[in-house]
Amino acid sequence: MDDLYRQQIIDRYKHPLKRGELDPHDLSYEDENPLCGDRIRIDLRTDAKGIITAAAFSGDGCAISQASADLLAEYIEGKSLEEIRSLNKETVLDLLGIELSPIRLKCALLSLKVLKAGAYGLEEARKVE
Amino acid sequence: MVGTKQSGVVIPLNVKKIRADFPILAREVHPGIPLVYLDSAATSQKPEAVIESMAEYYRKYNANIHRAVHTLAEEATGLYEGAREKVAEWIGAERPQEIIFTRNATEAINLVAQSWGSIRLRSGDIVLLTEMEHHSNLVPWQILAEARNLRLEFVPLTGNGELDLAAYDKLLGQSPKLVALTQMSNVLGTINPIREIVRSAHRAGAKVLIDAAQSVPHMAVNVRELDADFLAFSAHKMCGPTGIGALYGKTDILREMPPFLGGGDMIRKVEWRSFEPNDLPYTFEAGTPAIAEAVGWGAAIDYLRAIGMSSIHQHEQDVTAYALRRLQEIPGLTILGPGVEKRGGLVAFAMEGIHPHDIAQILDSIGVAVRSGHHCTMPLHTKLNLSATTRASFYLYTLPEEIDVMISGLLKAQKLFA
Repeated sequence: MDDLYRQQIIDRYKHPLKRGELDPHDLSYEDENPLCGDRIRIDLRTDAKGIITAAAFSGDGCAISQASADLLAEYIEGKSLEEIRSLNKETVLDLLGIELSPIRLKCALLSLKVLKAGAYGLEEARKVE
Repeated sequence: MVGTKQSGVVIPLNVKKIRADFPILAREVHPGIPLVYLDSAATSQKPEAVIESMAEYYRKYNANIHRAVHTLAEEATGLYEGAREKVAEWIGAERPQEIIFTRNATEAINLVAQSWGSIRLRSGDIVLLTEMEHHSNLVPWQILAEARNLRLEFVPLTGNGELDLAAYDKLLGQSPKLVALTQMSNVLGTINPIREIVRSAHRAGAKVLIDAAQSVPHMAVNVRELDADFLAFSAHKMCGPTGIGALYGKTDILREMPPFLGGGDMIRKVEWRSFEPNDLPYTFEAGTPAIAEAVGWGAAIDYLRAIGMSSIHQHEQDVTAYALRRLQEIPGLTILGPGVEKRGGLVAFAMEGIHPHDIAQILDSIGVAVRSGHHCTMPLHTKLNLSATTRASFYLYTLPEEIDVMISGLLKAQKLFA
């Protein structure tokens, strides 16, 4: 458990770097995990080449879901939308640096699903798990 | 401290001895960390007597019921019908035929919605619910409202989580056909003044369905005293197995209701294009029922009866009062629902700055099982402006020391997130 709530996760939850909404934005998507009520919205700005120049998240939920979203938003800035396609479960777990039970995995992966659904549609988002 | 007055005699609940009856309470959740089970409102644990009764049924009596003439079938039928008699007696039904075995309280409510609803509810009719209903007493009516163009109305809540009875009286003025409500909220813990509610509903010409999933396991409930038209409840929240529940209905009302599910056992006679339904209660019990589960439920009733519901209720009141007192010591914690005098054995709360899932995970690390989420009451949580809460719920085996373990976990969570 103590591993699950490593200082980095608590810090990111309490003092996120990428929390907010982008206005204007080029892409925005929101979804929730109906089982637990975690809700995440991700806004992106992209340039002409499809490079993500700014990313931000908003929403509410547990520390795992919110910290993952914050870490993910930071991670994808400077990457191309095409690169987003190759991100997977391991990307998020590496960012968090912890192992998760199947139930908590859903919390951690919500932000990636939102990102992929926004960038490529729901079909791509379903492949996340 | 734990005891109850029955005709002037105090009967103390020997919780240590009771705990020895529940094998699961002796297990560790993590190495060296014993289980502190505070999730009985979701499902209760099962005493050895219940587990053994079901194993014994399979070892000695297993057969399909009602049809065959061989010895095992006769014995199994006797056990199944014996369980029905116990359930009927437990809630004070006039006769066993008023007890229909279902999968759970949810199915019992769906049975009323689909069967009674099909003959008694027409376009424009009102079904009156309350804002504290579990999804199980909400969605079946939404499905029916959609199909039959009904109007759903809701009795609002007061600030401390009780039903607004003045608003209720007003809503009865719109002549609802049915009032369907819980006797005890699974989130607020509120015990509703159900007898008065039934009386006013009847005066207004409405039938009443009581969702008793949270009340029957924890207090004496008598359908005749309440004058309930329908009562729905489950075995698994009262020390019995999962997979079986019951619908109580007044004989006159059940008699006029069409069948719910079709199949074997619910028929008297079948031709190619028609059938004659069986008598009560079999007309509502299609297919092979949960026989071993009925036997287990009967054993659970025997077990609870031997201990005494008033003692159990009093014990839960004591534990709940203690939990409320300890929780109030924690800064930044909001407790849902009314004071202990109007509340059953559960407490749901929200902690500032910590999501319920994180609280539940941290509590699990020290062995404490609580529920986190919306507890199948999404509209209620939306109204309370909370996406989720943490709920601790108690039963006859809960010790005050277990509350202390939970409190230490909550303080640990606060420190971690400080």
